[in-house]
Amino acid sequence: MERKIVLENIELEGIRSLEVYRKQGGYLSLEKALKGMTPDEVVEQVKTAGLRGRGGAGFPTGMKWSFIDKKSNNPRYLVCNADESEPGTFKDRYLLEHIPHRLIEGMICSSYALGANTAYIYVRGEFKYIVGILNEAIKEAYAAKLLGKNILGSGFDLDLHVHCGAGAYICGEETALLESLEGKRGTPRLKPPFPAIKGLYGCPTVVNNVETLANIGWIVNNGGEEYAKIGIGRSTGTKLISACGNINNPGVYEIEMGLPVEEFIYSEKYCGGIKGGKELKAVIPGGSSVPILPKKLMLETAAGEKRLMSYESLSDGGFISGSMLGSGGFIVYDEDACIVRNTFNFSRFYHHESCGQCSPCREGTSWMESVLHRIENGHGKMKDIDLLVSIASKIEGNTICPLGDAASWPVAAAIRHFRHEFVYHVENPELIKNTRHGSIDKL
Amino acid sequence: MFKVTIDNQSIEVEAGTTILQAARLIGGDIVPPAMCYHSELKDSGGKCRTCMVKVVQGSEKDPRPMPKLVASCRTEVMDGMVVQNITSPEVIDARKAVVEFLLINHPLDCPVCDQAGECDLQNLSYEHGTNASRYEEEKRTYDKIDIGDKIQFHPNRCILCYRCVYAADQLTDNRVHGILYRGEKSEISTFVHQAIENDFSGNMIDVCPVGALTDKTFRFKNRVWFLKPMEAHRNCTKCSGKSTIWFRGNEVYRVTGRKDTYGEVHDFICNECRFDKKQASDWTIEGPATIVPSSVLNQNHYKNVVIPSVINPIKETME
Repeated sequence: MERKIVLENIELEGIRSLEVYRKQGGYLSLEKALKGMTPDEVVEQVKTAGLRGRGGAGFPTGMKWSFIDKKSNNPRYLVCNADESEPGTFKDRYLLEHIPHRLIEGMICSSYALGANTAYIYVRGEFKYIVGILNEAIKEAYAAKLLGKNILGSGFDLDLHVHCGAGAYICGEETALLESLEGKRGTPRLKPPFPAIKGLYGCPTVVNNVETLANIGWIVNNGGEEYAKIGIGRSTGTKLISACGNINNPGVYEIEMGLPVEEFIYSEKYCGGIKGGKELKAVIPGGSSVPILPKKLMLETAAGEKRLMSYESLSDGGFISGSMLGSGGFIVYDEDACIVRNTFNFSRFYHHESCGQCSPCREGTSWMESVLHRIENGHGKMKDIDLLVSIASKIEGNTICPLGDAASWPVAAAIRHFRHEFVYHVENPELIKNTRHGSIDKL
Repeated sequence: MFKVTIDNQSIEVEAGTTILQAARLIGGDIVPPAMCYHSELKDSGGKCRTCMVKVVQGSEKDPRPMPKLVASCRTEVMDGMVVQNITSPEVIDARKAVVEFLLINHPLDCPVCDQAGECDLQNLSYEHGTNASRYEEEKRTYDKIDIGDKIQFHPNRCILCYRCVYAADQLTDNRVHGILYRGEKSEISTFVHQAIENDFSGNMIDVCPVGALTDKTFRFKNRVWFLKPMEAHRNCTKCSGKSTIWFRGNEVYRVTGRKDTYGEVHDFICNECRFDKKQASDWTIEGPATIVPSSVLNQNHYKNVVIPSVINPIKETME
C-alpha cells in the first residue's frame, strides 16, 4: 500500500507557494492545534503516534519533547536541523526545495507544543539556494498571519528564522549545530547537559530533523492513533528514503515502514532493480555511517526472515549481521563496485569532517584514511587489515559525539563482511591498479 | 551529600562534584589521569579522553549503568553512583587507545624537550604506552609560528588540549590566540604573529601538559631533574607573587607557578615574576617545594601509593 504523508501533493505545480499549499488543505492543523488543543495535548498526540526522529538516531520525538525543562524561566527554542550532510542522504533537500510549507506548518505546531516563541531552521551551507526558497515561504506565511504575533488570532506568537551554516558535516550533530547557531566554532558540546535543559544560548531547546517536523502537521490533523496504524511495530509512519547508487531509478521515495527491502530494490515503483541487469552486491541502508551489508544479509536477516525497511528489522542481528535505518540514505552497489575503494572514500570524508576536538576521532580518522589509502593503492600489508579493525574499535564509543562511531562503523563493517576483498588488494597490488575489481571471482 | 564509590572506595561529596574531583578526594592510584582538564579553567576538559571511566551504576534511584565510558572530568556524580577506573579492563583499554592516538603524531623528541621530566604525556605513555608504534605514516608537522619573545611554541608537540586557549581567554581581557582549521589539521595559532602580549601570558606555559609551550628564558638551559624547586614569594603589584623558583646551586634557572599534586596551578603569576626575577635576592624563600608524585624528581620515592583491592588477590598468589 502506498501512503504519502510528507510528500503528499509534491508533484502538484506551484505547491511551493502558500496559495496552492493552502488549497490542498495546508495549515489546517494550525486551526486545530492552536485553537482547539493545549500544548500538552499536542505532545500527547505525538507520543501516541510513536513518531521517531528521522535524522538517524530514531529517538522517540514525543519523549524528546517531554524532556524539555518546564521549570526554567528562560525562553524555549525549537531548532530544525536541516544540515543534511550524510553521504547518500538527500531526502530533506528534496522536501525543503519542493514543499517548504510542510516544514513551516510542522514547526508552528511543534513550537506551540513546546511553548517556544522563536524557532530556527539551520540549513547546510551547501544548500544556499534553499535559504531563498525558505525565506520566500516564511515571508508568505508572515503575510498570511501564520507567523508573527497572534497567529490566526490564537494569541500564540512565533518568529521563524533561517540560518545558513558554512558547510560542515559536524554541525549536523545537535550540540555542534547550536554552537554554530550561536556564532561559535561548530564543535559538539559535552553531554549532559542535554539541549532540552541547556541548549541554544543556555536555554531549553529541542532540535528536530526536517522530516520529523514535517510529520507533525499530519499527526495533529489526523490524530496520533491514526499515525500509529501506519507502519510496523514500533516503526510507525512513513519514511523518506533517498535511494542512490547502481539502480535504475535513483531518487527520493516515501515508503511505509515495513516494506520488504527486496521489494524496494527490485520493484518498478521504487528503485527498479540494478542498473544494466547486474547482480546486487551490497547495500548501505541508512547513510554512509551505518554498516554495509552484503546482498544475502540485506534481503534476509541471519535468522532467515525477510528484511523489512524499519528500525527494528534493519538492526536485527546487531552489527554482526545487521545494520541501521539511520537517515534513510539507501546506497546500492552492484557486482562491479569495489568495497575497499568505497570504504576509503568514506574514511576520507570522515577524516575531512572531524572537528578535531577529541583525540580518538582527530587522530584515528586520519590514521584509518592513510592505512586505507595504502591498501587501495597497492601498498597494503596483511597486518593492516587487523590494524584497521583495531583502530575502528578504539575510536568507537570513546569520542565526545557520534562522529567517531560514524567513522568507525563503515570501516569495521566493510572488513567484517568483505575481508576477502581487502586480502585480495594486499595480495595482488599490481592487479588492483587501474582495474575494475569489484567481484573477485571475475578476475 | 552524595555517596560515590570509585574502585571499591566510597566517599561522600557535595552535589555538583565531578567524578574526577571525587576521585582526587580519595586520592592514590584510582585518580584518573587528566590532560586537558584544569580545575581553574572554566569549560576545560572532556577533550583528551584519557580520564574516561566506567559508570556501572548511575545512581541509587536509577541503577542503570551508563552505556558508554564517560569523561570523569566533566561528569557530575549522582547519589549512589558506582564507578570503575583501574578495576575495569575496558577503561584501561580505552586509555591505552587514547595514549596511542595521542602519540602517533607526537614527535617523541623528549631528549631535547624542556618539558621532559614533568610532562603529562610522558607519564601517561610510561604507564599505558607500548614499546613499539603501529603507525607507519609520516608524522604531522606544522610550520613554525613565532608567538612572542618569551614563549617558545612547538606546534608539533601539541596535543590540542585547549588549555592554553582557555587560559589566555580567561586570565586576560583580550583573546589573542585560538584554534585554526579543523580535524587533524587543527592547530593552536595566533591571528598575527608575535601577538601574544599580556602580563599573564606566561601561564600558558604552566597549563600546557606537554612541551608545546615552553619558557624561552629557560630554553635548553638545564634539565628539570637537576633543579631544586623552592617555594618563594615576593610583593608583586600584579599577582599574588606566590611562585616556585628552581635552583641549581645558587642560581635561579626558572620561575613557575606552584603546581599541586595533579600538576595544576591555582595562583597564576605574572610575566614579570616569571621572566624577569631570576635573582635569589628578588624572592623570599619559604622552603623546599612539595614535589608532584608523578615528577621525575621523585625518582623511586613514590608517596601515598594505595594498592587497589583488585590487585591484592594477585599479590597474595604471588606471595
